[in-house]
Amino acid sequence: MTTTSAPAPKEGGISYRGQQLLNRIGTYVVLVFFALLFLMPMFWMLSTSLKPKSQWFTKDIYWIPKTTTLQNYQILLNNPTTPIVRWFINSLAIALIVTLLVVIVDAMAAYAYARMEFRGRNTIFAILLATLFMPGIMFLVPNFLTIFRLGLLNNYLGVIIPAMAGVFGVFFLRQFFATLPKDLEEAAAIDGASQVKVFTHVALPLARPALATLAIITFLGSWNDFLWPLLILKDRALQTLPPGLRTLQGAYTSEYGQMMAGAVIAAVPVLLIYVLLQRYIVQSVATTGLAGQ
Amino acid sequence: MATTVTQTAVASTATRRRKTSLVPYLFILPHLLFFIIFIGYPFFNGIYISLLQYNFLRPNLTEFVGLANYVNLFTPGTPQYQGFWNGLGNTVEFVLYSVPPLVVLPLLLALLLNSNIPGRNIFRIIYFAPWALSGAIVALLWWWIFQSQGGLVNYYMSGLGLTAPRWLSTMPWAWVAIVICTVWWTIGFNMVIFLAALQDIPGQVYEAASIDGATGIQSLWRITLPLLRPVMIFIITTTIIASFNLFIQPFIMTNGGPAQATGGGATEPVMVRIYNEGFVRNRQGDAAAMSVVVATIMIAISYLNFRFFGERGDK
Repeated sequence: MTTTSAPAPKEGGISYRGQQLLNRIGTYVVLVFFALLFLMPMFWMLSTSLKPKSQWFTKDIYWIPKTTTLQNYQILLNNPTTPIVRWFINSLAIALIVTLLVVIVDAMAAYAYARMEFRGRNTIFAILLATLFMPGIMFLVPNFLTIFRLGLLNNYLGVIIPAMAGVFGVFFLRQFFATLPKDLEEAAAIDGASQVKVFTHVALPLARPALATLAIITFLGSWNDFLWPLLILKDRALQTLPPGLRTLQGAYTSEYGQMMAGAVIAAVPVLLIYVLLQRYIVQSVATTGLAGQ
Repeated sequence: MATTVTQTAVASTATRRRKTSLVPYLFILPHLLFFIIFIGYPFFNGIYISLLQYNFLRPNLTEFVGLANYVNLFTPGTPQYQGFWNGLGNTVEFVLYSVPPLVVLPLLLALLLNSNIPGRNIFRIIYFAPWALSGAIVALLWWWIFQSQGGLVNYYMSGLGLTAPRWLSTMPWAWVAIVICTVWWTIGFNMVIFLAALQDIPGQVYEAASIDGATGIQSLWRITLPLLRPVMIFIITTTIIASFNLFIQPFIMTNGGPAQATGGGATEPVMVRIYNEGFVRNRQGDAAAMSVVVATIMIAISYLNFRFFGERGDK
């Protein structure tokens, strides 16, 4: 399978083994080159955030700061007009609540669509599926007005509640429930367990990997969301981190150290989650991508 | 006796069925409720608002104007026309610039990673990592990298003796910067999907080909790429749609600029135009009409893509 990947080997007098070695070295050179391209911007972000102002615009580029300082972080954390600690807490609280609610609400619905018989099931599910392909822009203005009329502008609920309408999680979990063998659930039902009990005690534990995947991507999506919280949470103290970074950009006109410090603070939790749980994330992307064919 | 037993048995299952028949609805209800409020209802409400002259801060000035908002969008000379088609043109331009690299480069990386070389997982983790970051972080970071003063790119360009452009405020360099930022951010997504598809191709296919004397390049063109066709269609379609949604990169990096002589920003995409119309100028009726037109175009693009390429794939 390596044959498809490496650059064409040079002709003339090289053994098969030698060719393979050359292929492999060529592959590594390209892979490492790309890896550096991907890592260097992130490293630059961290490096800038740790430099004193005198080193931001030097004639020579220093990837490693000549002197390391935390003063950018101190300035940022102590500036009441850019309350980044508060933004961090807002982001975290909203993302955790959204994740919890989405997983509960979607798991219940998905289980019913996968396993229960009821009138209108196929019709309702078909309608849900159809909306999966609708561009989000259609809902932007009317949903903003709904939140306004519900009196939820500048209220965390205005960001939390609409997140539960999403169809992706229901679709994703239904696929998973549908592939579970029915034997265990049937055995529990024969033993007299109610439908609710079969769901909570048999189906949900079996679905743990799928629930974890949905939880992780929901958390990342909520933590990273920009436009909706920008529209709904106008008060500075109520903002989440992504719109907060935009506020930083306006507040610190050319204070790149402070801005990069803010970016690092917003990036660290997601990068940690990513590195620890990337298996789930990558798998979910791959399976939804292949299912989408 | 026997009949009464069966009758009661039937009756009891019937009552149980009647009792349990509510349970499924209770299971779907919480999600369905939010679905109706935030996806079902706004689908129709959005179309209705597009027929109004509407500012949510001045509800008493609301007026039903029929198709006037749409007529404005299609009448040259109106401010709505100018802003909307400038934005749509910019978005289409970005789609044309960004989709080819976002399909070719991930395919290349996936092909390189689709072998049993040691360390491939680490490379995959690195390439996919930027995708986990918020667009706000990514855009802010590249905005700094492309700065004329202190920016990383210009430092290395002048080091190579090249005259560095003012990336974020001159054309076409602003597009180049936005495309580079976008490729860095999202390349891993398509790569992971390509990689999964490549791993689904059974190894025997390649063994058979190499026994028949096919070279690596030949089996790439004759085997791998044809087998990837369905994934390719999926990726091209989703990437076009994702690029059509361009918002945050120009919003943070260029603020839609540079300004043009003809009016409007040269990198202001249609999504930013809708945002400005609806939430800066507070003309929600106009913004809703623009949203309906843009959504229709996006649905048409996905439909045509699957239709056109899907059919050709069948033959």
